[in-house]
Amino acid sequence: MITVENLVKEFGSKRAVNGISFTVQRGEVLGFLGPNGAGKSTTMRMITGFMPPTAGRVLIGGHDVSESPIAAKRLVGYLPESAPAYPDMTVHGFLSWAAEMRGLKGAGRAEAIRRVSGLCFLESVLQQSVDTLSKGYRHRTCLAQALIHDPEVLVLDEPTDGLDPNQKHEVRQLIKRMGQNKVIIFSTHILEEVEACCSRAIIIDRGQIVANGTPEELKARSEFAGSVTLRVHGVAGDTVRTRLAGIGSVEKVTVGGENGQVSARLFPKVRTGHGELAKAVAEVVTREGWRFDELHTEEGRLDEVFRSITMPDTAKSQS
Amino acid sequence: MNDALRHVWTIAKRELGGYFNSPVAYVFIVIFLLLNGFFTFMLGYFFERGQASLAEPFFSWHPWLYLFLVPAVGMRLWAEERRSGTLELLLTMPIAPWQAIVAKFLASWIFLGIALALTFPIVITTAYLGDPDRGTVIGGYIGSFLLAGAYLGITEMVSAITRNQIIAFIISVVICFLMILCGWEPVTNLLVTWAPERVVDLVKGLSTWYHYLAFQRGVVDFRDLLYFASVIGMSLFATGVVLRGVRGA
Repeated sequence: MITVENLVKEFGSKRAVNGISFTVQRGEVLGFLGPNGAGKSTTMRMITGFMPPTAGRVLIGGHDVSESPIAAKRLVGYLPESAPAYPDMTVHGFLSWAAEMRGLKGAGRAEAIRRVSGLCFLESVLQQSVDTLSKGYRHRTCLAQALIHDPEVLVLDEPTDGLDPNQKHEVRQLIKRMGQNKVIIFSTHILEEVEACCSRAIIIDRGQIVANGTPEELKARSEFAGSVTLRVHGVAGDTVRTRLAGIGSVEKVTVGGENGQVSARLFPKVRTGHGELAKAVAEVVTREGWRFDELHTEEGRLDEVFRSITMPDTAKSQS
Repeated sequence: MNDALRHVWTIAKRELGGYFNSPVAYVFIVIFLLLNGFFTFMLGYFFERGQASLAEPFFSWHPWLYLFLVPAVGMRLWAEERRSGTLELLLTMPIAPWQAIVAKFLASWIFLGIALALTFPIVITTAYLGDPDRGTVIGGYIGSFLLAGAYLGITEMVSAITRNQIIAFIISVVICFLMILCGWEPVTNLLVTWAPERVVDLVKGLSTWYHYLAFQRGVVDFRDLLYFASVIGMSLFATGVVLRGVRGA
């Protein structure tokens, strides 16, 4: 549905986007991650046809955005970063305008406005003018505008920015639901959001893709992924270390703790299937008769992966 | 209606609505009418002249009036879109940029036309007091409307350059002022003393003032129409070029 090929954008001598390529199929929700200034917004602006790329091309539903922009833009709903809306219009007037720009008229337009104002919880403010709205409402007004023609492709630049926790939850649910039969690309800083609603995530840093995979695959890149944490009481740290190091598949054991508690973390030699190392640890614990209150396998944390990919130096010094 | 026209109409309607939804439109119209009345009756000595003519007391002030009022109307056209970020929204709609440029121009031009049309009591007064030449009145109005359009085109272009409306206003006033000056008699008289005649004619030919004068005499000349059409056309084209730059081309 969307093909991005070798996209490059230069501002003067600065390369904001440096050779990004990916494809997104229908039914995928693609999360765009990256530090501020990594080129997320610039990439989205090129996908939506606002900015012409310096090199490379974007195909949406087979239409080249640079060559047949109108046909491509018809398929896309876009929520820009700052969620702009015309302040002098009412919410209803604004949505009606957007619908008209999308070629909806008469009953179809009224129905579309009803549908999106329901989806984005705008019924109570329809007659209010945009400049009197709180940030959350203004944001959802702009989101409603992106949904008005029920587009096949949604490009959302930080869709949950400025929303309260409940609204964030609602918008995530909405994205997840719509993602089943649309193509959605959205950018975010919030990593839990990626886990909550993306089927795939791309991490961009300094204009280039540095990681591309499902949230699970990305998490598995964490250095803690697959390690096992154990916390026991009333046993000496050294005993714990020796006993655990005896497990065949263990590469390394780190032990710490205070007040009679000992925490151990075991790293496997190879990352085998789920829970095998934990099972071996559980056997040792039972055999030794240790009292323990925690035993689990780390899945790896996305924020840690994100840090180690985008800032390799600082991440190392902290761990 | 075909797609392009429909888009132009949708955007123009929104722009016009934008004027009339805010008090600015009414304030503008009132100021425009008051100033027109002041210039015509006080500075233009309308009654003292004893002539049923609008050219001198009424139309001759318009280049100066528009010099400030047209940039005031047009300064927000693109500057405001850029400042508030709605530019991104507008240009990712399934439209061609020229449709938005033309639509914005038309909306403001229609607004200025409405303000100009509301000066009709002056025409009625003149017709009641005497028998004005119908040609000069109609010609004067056509010329005045075209003059407003030329200034508006320039203002729209300048408005696309900046996201600050005040800057857009000031630069537009300066450009429009220069366009009056290069055909204004005190200036051309000065020019004649040292420049060759062809240069003087060329400079005069660029002036809105020079082309506007003909309309006041009731003469609608093709060359003058062409002048105003090309000023408008070129500034809208330039607006397109500027916008392409704004989008980072």
